[in-house]
Order: sequence, then structure tokens, then C-alpha cells
Amino acid sequence: MLNEIQFLLCASLTLAGAVAAMMLRNLVHCALCAAGAFAGLAALYLQLDAEFVGLAQLLIYVGAIAILIVFTIMLTRGEEIRPGVPIASPSWWVGLPVGALVLACLIGAVMASPSLVRLPAGAVHAPVRKIGEALMNGYVLPLQTIGLLLTAALLGAVVISLREPRNPESKTR
Amino acid sequence: MSRLDQIFVLLGHWLAGWAPVPVRPLVSAVLAIACIMLVFATCFALTTLAERKLLGRMQNRFGPNRVGPCGLFQPVADGVKMLIKEDIVPFSADKALHFLAPIVLTAPIWLAFAVLPFGRNMTAIDLDAGILFFFAIGSASELAVFMAGWSSQNKYSVVGAMRAIAQMISYEVPLALSTLPALMLAGSLSLNDIVAAQGSYAFGWLARWNAFTPWGLAGLLLFLIAATAESNRSPFDLPEGESEIIAGYLTEYSGFKYALFFLGEYVGLFAGAGLAVTVFLGGWHAPVKGLEWAPSWLWFGGKFAALIFLFIWVRATLPRLRLDQLLNFAWRFLVPLSLVNLLVAAAWYWSGAWPFGAAAPIRWVLCAALFVFPCHWLGGTLRGPGALPRKYNYAE
Repeated sequence: MLNEIQFLLCASLTLAGAVAAMMLRNLVHCALCAAGAFAGLAALYLQLDAEFVGLAQLLIYVGAIAILIVFTIMLTRGEEIRPGVPIASPSWWVGLPVGALVLACLIGAVMASPSLVRLPAGAVHAPVRKIGEALMNGYVLPLQTIGLLLTAALLGAVVISLREPRNPESKTR
Repeated sequence: MSRLDQIFVLLGHWLAGWAPVPVRPLVSAVLAIACIMLVFATCFALTTLAERKLLGRMQNRFGPNRVGPCGLFQPVADGVKMLIKEDIVPFSADKALHFLAPIVLTAPIWLAFAVLPFGRNMTAIDLDAGILFFFAIGSASELAVFMAGWSSQNKYSVVGAMRAIAQMISYEVPLALSTLPALMLAGSLSLNDIVAAQGSYAFGWLARWNAFTPWGLAGLLLFLIAATAESNRSPFDLPEGESEIIAGYLTEYSGFKYALFFLGEYVGLFAGAGLAVTVFLGGWHAPVKGLEWAPSWLWFGGKFAALIFLFIWVRATLPRLRLDQLLNFAWRFLVPLSLVNLLVAAAWYWSGAWPFGAAAPIRWVLCAALFVFPCHWLGGTLRGPGALPRKYNYAE
């Protein structure tokens, strides 16, 4: 009973945040609602006893990605959608088949996956130590590759944002 | 394990024992929450008084001395003042966000205390990933600061919020990295395990606190610097630099909302100090053998109070940094040093098996040198000819 209430609370927070992030007119509000949805998702993970995933979700999505989105909005200065303009673009119906296709792909992949087999409740327990051992032994190459990729992306971002004036003397003021 | 040591645990069990069995876990949880909130809210009141008194003492003046004996009731007066002040919301402000920001800032910070071991058997939740929980919870405050700054519709608020977010993101990296060696050597993310790993005695008398090793001492210093910056305290209080941007993201706040921000700042500082005690200063363990007769919560409280005093002392002593100095200091000094500290910890770990006599002091000096030389060199790059010249964009 208590579990169901918790689940309903977390799920409604996630869904409400996601819907509000799409529907609101003010982009900053949208970003904050998205952060709320991220937090709800983290709460869902925590409720499933996936401690590490839940906390990592909180740390990365609420702590970093939401801030990134907010900064992007602030830097592009397009905060407000004017009252007269509709939220959806005129060609919104094009999104319908694309969305349906993505959903079909996802459903197909999920239904075909072997992890859909139901395990007896309580049998799954993944302490952080086990996750760490798996990451450092079995999955060390993918982990390192992802690290390399992220480092490359970071360096690329720095190079792009580093607009050095070619001739500092002739810089117009 | 004496009765005095466990007095709070026994008291909690006794109180929860009065409740009917099905609601007993709920009652003990509520009791733990009430204790934490009561103790640290009192701590907050006392710290504001102690801070003003000590700042006064260090700056050769009296500090508050009008309300009650020796100004002892000053926090009460402050609280009443905050409560009865008018709550002003700017006309063009985003009302909902302006209201929510102090709540979003303050509420998560209290959660951080849930995983701190305040004494033997005195952890509210023994999480498997306790320290991860601590940092995950702390990351919510950046969004709250942004909400406060942006919703006020005030240039100074936005600038202050941007400064605060830049500072918090920058200093979160060394804050987390500096605790990493302790986690790796303890082999666990649980704060209870980290405390337990510091429980035995070296040479038969000196506790194995992490702060007594070279990497632990370095880590403690890095952590304290980063924690000062993370809680926006002087010398890193640029987000509220009143001579430059009025009061930063707090500009448009008054009354009890302002008090909540103030509370959040101090409680965040307490959480940081509690984590420093837990990870580096042996948690609730006594420093030398023969002092275990004092209750464990007293040791935690003593170390905690000493760290708070240190924070106040630093605030009274150091001038405020400039923003470029602040960010350079984080990215070009603290972050590389905390990575170097990982190497030092590795060297310390591998040199633990040295068989010859007098290995301990030699090992200590070698590992300390491994940290001090990069520290000296990096410090030189911050101020020497290699440092970037200051560029004035608008003041020439």
C-alpha cells in the first residue's frame, strides 16, 4: 500500500514535470519543470532500490544537465514565447508519424529483450560495490572509451569557445 | 560501550517503544528527523551569535552585547525581527519561483544530515552510497540559486546568481575529488565504513585518522577550501559582494525568505563540516588511545565545533577574492592538486608494506613531498609571469 502511494507520487511528479516542460510558455519555467521530471525519475529509481543509478541521475541530471539547459536559455535570450503565438509549430502533425515510429521501435526492442523475464521480487540487489566491480572488470573498455569521448567533446567545446583575436592591436572597441 | 555513549540511541529506542509496533519505524524516523533539525537549528542560532561575537573580537570591537546577558539572546531578537519584517516581492518578479526558491534551497540541505554518523550507532540512514547521496543532494542548490536570481527580475540578482552558480559548479569538482582517496582506501562509499576504517590505532596509540596521513591532510585542506567556497562564505563571498552587486541573488529578498537563505547557507556549511569530520578527522573516534571514555557524539561535536571556529576565523582574516582569481584558483590549482592527491594516496598505499625500520617517517615525508612540490609549482603559475594578465573590458 505504502509502496503504491510512493510510486504514484513519484510517477505523477515525473509525468507532470514532463508535460509542463512541453506546455508552458516561459522557457525558464519549462527548464525547471524538466528538472522536476528528472528528480521524479531519480525518486523512481531510488524506490526500486537502484541506489547508485538514482543518485547518479540526481547528481548528473538535476545538478548538471538542468543547469546546462538553463544557461543555454539565458545565453540565447529567447525566454518568452509571445502570447499570440501558438506553442506548437504549424507543421506539428509531421511529428506524429515520427513519434509513432520511435515508440514502435522502442516497444519492439523492449519486448524482444531478454531482461523482460520477471525475476522473483527481492532477488535483485545491486550494491555499489558490485556495480564498481562490474565497471572496472567486465566493462572497463566501454567505460574508458566513453571517458575518452567525453574528454574529446570537452576539448572541442573549449576550442570552439576560445575565440582568440588574430591581431589584438587592431581589435575594434 | 558505555551507557553514556549510547544515551541518545537508548533514549530513542525507549521513546519509540511506547508506540504500537506497526508504526514504530515511522516513529523512530520522525524522532531522528526531529533531533537533527532541532540540534542543527539550535547550532545555527548559536553560530550566528558566535560568529558575530568572534568577528567582533578579532576585529577589535565588541560585537552584539545589548540583548540579554552578554548579548546571548541576540539570535532570538534576530529571529523575531526576520519574522515580523514585511515580505516584499518585486512587482515584475516571477511570483511562484520567487516563493519557491528559498524552499528548494533549504529543504534538500537538511537531507544531507541523514547519512552523517554523529556517533557510534547514530546514523539516521546507513546508505550504501552515503557520500554519493551527500553530493547528489548538494547539487540541487544551484538550481535554487538560479531560481532566486532569475525570478527577482533584477540585474544584480541575475549577476549574483550567475556568479554563485559558476562558483558552486567549479568548487564542487575539488570538493568531491578531495574525498576520493579516502573512499578508495576505505573501499566503500558508505560513511559508516569510512569511519570504521579510521578506528584502529597506529603505533599502539595514535588513531588512524585520514588527516594524520599526507594525502588526508592535503585532502582536508582542499576540502575545507572547497566547502568554504561552496557555501559562499568569505573569502569566496563574491555572489553577495555588497560593494559590487548589492547582495547578489538575495537583493530582492526580505523577511523570512531571506532568513531561509541565510539558514540554508549555514546549514550547508554545517553539512560540509560534518562531512569533513567524518571523512578526514576520524568521525566520532578519539584522537589517541586512552580517550575513548568520552562519548562518541562528544568527539564528533568537538571536532565539528573546531571546524566551525576555523571557518569563522578564516572569514575574519581574509579579504574577498576577485572573480577571475576565484575561478582560476578552482580550475588551475584545486582541481589539479586534488588529482595529484590521488597519486599521493596511491603512493601511500603501496609504501605501506615497506619492511625496513623507520619506514613510517620516511614514507610520510616522501608522500608529503609528492604533494608539496606540485602545490608549490601550481601556486607559482597562479601569480608568476605565467599568469594571465588582467584584462579590463570597460574600465580603460
